[in-house]
Amino acid sequence: MTRTHRPAGRRTPARALGLAGVAALLVVLELAPRLGLVDDRFLPPTSRIAVALAQRLGTPDFWVALGQTLTTWGTGLAISLVAGVVLGVVIGSVPVLRAVTASTIEFLRPVPSVALIPVAVLLYSTGMAGTLILVVYASFWQVLVQVLAGVRDVDPVAADTARSYRFSALTRIRTVVWPTTLPYAMTGLRLAASVALILTVTGELLIGTPGIGKALGIAQSSGAVDSMYAYVVVAGLLGVVVNVLARALEHRVLFWHPSVRGEVAA
Amino acid sequence: MSTLRRVARSVLLTLGLPVAILTVWWVASAGSTSFYSPPLAEIVGTSRETWFSAPLAESRLAVDVVPSVLRLLAGYAVALVVGVALGVAVGSSRALRAFLEPVLEFFRAIPPPVLVPVLMLFFGIGDTMKIVVIAIGCVWPVLLNTVEGVRGLDPVLRDTARAYRLGRVATLRHLVLRGASPQIVTGARQALSIGIILMVISEMFAAKDGLGFSIVQFQRSFAIPEMWSGVLLLGVVGVLLSLVFRAVTDAVLRWYLGYRQSQHGGA
Amino acid sequence: MTSPADVAPDHDVVDHPGGASLEVRHLRKVYAGRGEPVEAVADLTFEVRPGELVCVVGPSGAGKTTLLRCLAGLLPATSGELALGGSPITGPPPGMAVVLQEYGRSLFPWMSVAQNVELPLKEKGVAKARRAELVAETLAAVGLADVARSYPWQLSGGMQQRVAIARAVAYEPQVLLMDEPFAAVDAQTRFELEDLVRTLWKRLGITVVFVTHDIDEAIYLGERVLVLSARPTVVLEDVEVGLGADRDQLETRGDAEFARLRTHVYELVQQAKQGVRSLADAHLTHPADAPPPPGA
Repeated sequence: MTRTHRPAGRRTPARALGLAGVAALLVVLELAPRLGLVDDRFLPPTSRIAVALAQRLGTPDFWVALGQTLTTWGTGLAISLVAGVVLGVVIGSVPVLRAVTASTIEFLRPVPSVALIPVAVLLYSTGMAGTLILVVYASFWQVLVQVLAGVRDVDPVAADTARSYRFSALTRIRTVVWPTTLPYAMTGLRLAASVALILTVTGELLIGTPGIGKALGIAQSSGAVDSMYAYVVVAGLLGVVVNVLARALEHRVLFWHPSVRGEVAA
Repeated sequence: MSTLRRVARSVLLTLGLPVAILTVWWVASAGSTSFYSPPLAEIVGTSRETWFSAPLAESRLAVDVVPSVLRLLAGYAVALVVGVALGVAVGSSRALRAFLEPVLEFFRAIPPPVLVPVLMLFFGIGDTMKIVVIAIGCVWPVLLNTVEGVRGLDPVLRDTARAYRLGRVATLRHLVLRGASPQIVTGARQALSIGIILMVISEMFAAKDGLGFSIVQFQRSFAIPEMWSGVLLLGVVGVLLSLVFRAVTDAVLRWYLGYRQSQHGGA
Repeated sequence: MTSPADVAPDHDVVDHPGGASLEVRHLRKVYAGRGEPVEAVADLTFEVRPGELVCVVGPSGAGKTTLLRCLAGLLPATSGELALGGSPITGPPPGMAVVLQEYGRSLFPWMSVAQNVELPLKEKGVAKARRAELVAETLAAVGLADVARSYPWQLSGGMQQRVAIARAVAYEPQVLLMDEPFAAVDAQTRFELEDLVRTLWKRLGITVVFVTHDIDEAIYLGERVLVLSARPTVVLEDVEVGLGADRDQLETRGDAEFARLRTHVYELVQQAKQGVRSLADAHLTHPADAPPPPGA
């Protein structure tokens, strides 16, 4: 009774406040260089970035680069997802495998994927495969760890019941293990999606795999600061879209699930 | 007897697979003539003279690895302090949260590596640039998770703190920071892996020293065994940092594990 | 460490300043927002004398918790006056301690039992030695001396509520507010805790306001029982409980006077549920013989 309910009527002001926040940021970023608070060779006013962005959007090169980035990201994410789910379910369902692999997973997971950059360059030069290695290595662990936690969370009573009715291993996975694991896998997917984007752009920027990151690098080295910021904005918006879509997907798949899960603190 | 057997079993389980993997690598690569994948024996042999050459103060360990890690720690520390402070402020005010939420979502979504070229404009390629890159890249997960943690504080605990007239400082210290600590730790963990990535790539981009710089130098000069030894060393640094992180947070969150278990088991 | 048995009943837990009076005049509370404003409390006026133990009962949703939160200074009143020992209550006042219904959630899970009890004392500026003394004594008094270093979530519900009580008592309040503190503990623990409250109250001489939905509990504990109407709340009757100072779970509850009061209050609450808002409108089948309310 005394709990503060969030009135439905206040939602609109929250959204309006959010828009005001964005507007305030744009104004500050416009004025700071114009008033000489920062050097406009380092940070051009918003309007100039917007013009550069509009010009980029009008060139086919931009869309090709965007397509390349999305292709690398999507491919890497798909590989990690499939590998993470399959290995996670297999390792998680077999106690011996879980015990044997635990230490190896714990050691390999914190190895920074960017350590592989020189190896990727040597093997694949600037090809997409080099960046894919980074993307897969970084995002695979996100999926695997979540799936392992999910399999561990399977209700032992349900598992015993399935075993006592002599379900086959596949049926057991389909009817008992997978429903419990799905929410975890979705969380893994959400985390992996944003990590994959980070590594995609990193690979493009450092290795030179074609895409938004490479275009940004070229703009920077040729001193086209306006364009560089335009690409930063694109990368940011791409990140926002990925986050929003991943969250929406998670909610959609799990709408029946009692809890919208936080991630596993592993 | 059975304890002994259990210890032996757990040692075997922990070390078995890593040893097996290294052995297979060692044996399989022993006769390797491939330029890109030299024998593991050679890589290990190289790493000693490459990184740990005497005198130690002039070795690459002291000249390259230590500065890298110090820059990482400096940037990470700044990100923790700023992220938690801002997170507490934003998390405590509904209006401020509504005002900043979309802006924060955008900044968090920018892949942190693109900060490197941007901040190079402002700070050149020195230590400052790298520390700022790491700090800015790490601050978002800390900030956003702190906001969630502060927002999720139990209103009953807030009432209790008010009813007993806890002051601002005591409320912050004993209620807000402790109550949000599980989320803060989650954010700090995400930030640490971003920090390591930024440490490496800020050096790969442009630098005069550092672990990432050395590895790229080796790769460009086709010193392949040295490059591999650097890759392995970087991996070890990552693992060590995560072990230290785990030890620290386990101590901070000891109460939380038990608390969560009691919540699960109980009502 | 002392076990509860070591504490002699006549041993004073704290050198207590005694109780303070509590006055409520025309308290009104309206919750705004959510479209239509909701009037939770219409007009409440009553007084609690220093050192008195008063129970508040009423049908569920009667604004009992609202009243208590206003008294605690956690919720601003829409209008009316609240005063503790003569000074108006505008925020949580010094000299007041609160025990909430959600015992599990009112204890800091990252602090040990002893730290939970000690924290408010630290903030109050009590010296370290004295703090240690107070913590040890109050935990012994509630029978928890041996779990001082445990975390609250390692204890049972009843024990957690004891910790909350110990924290309140150690604070050395003049007024203790309790909001349905035993609603979520099992029946046996509840009897023990009721006796604990009576014992502590008698020993300390403080003023206690005890909100409950349990009629038996209200009569067993209180010197007076305030029966509230349904929302928007007014005082339906201020019932004097003439059961003497020494109460016993078996004897007192078997007493004829107890049964009479119980029937009376039960009927009042039933009437309140049906929307009756004054004693004059109530149709009582067992007319009360109660002495007139004080100050009437």
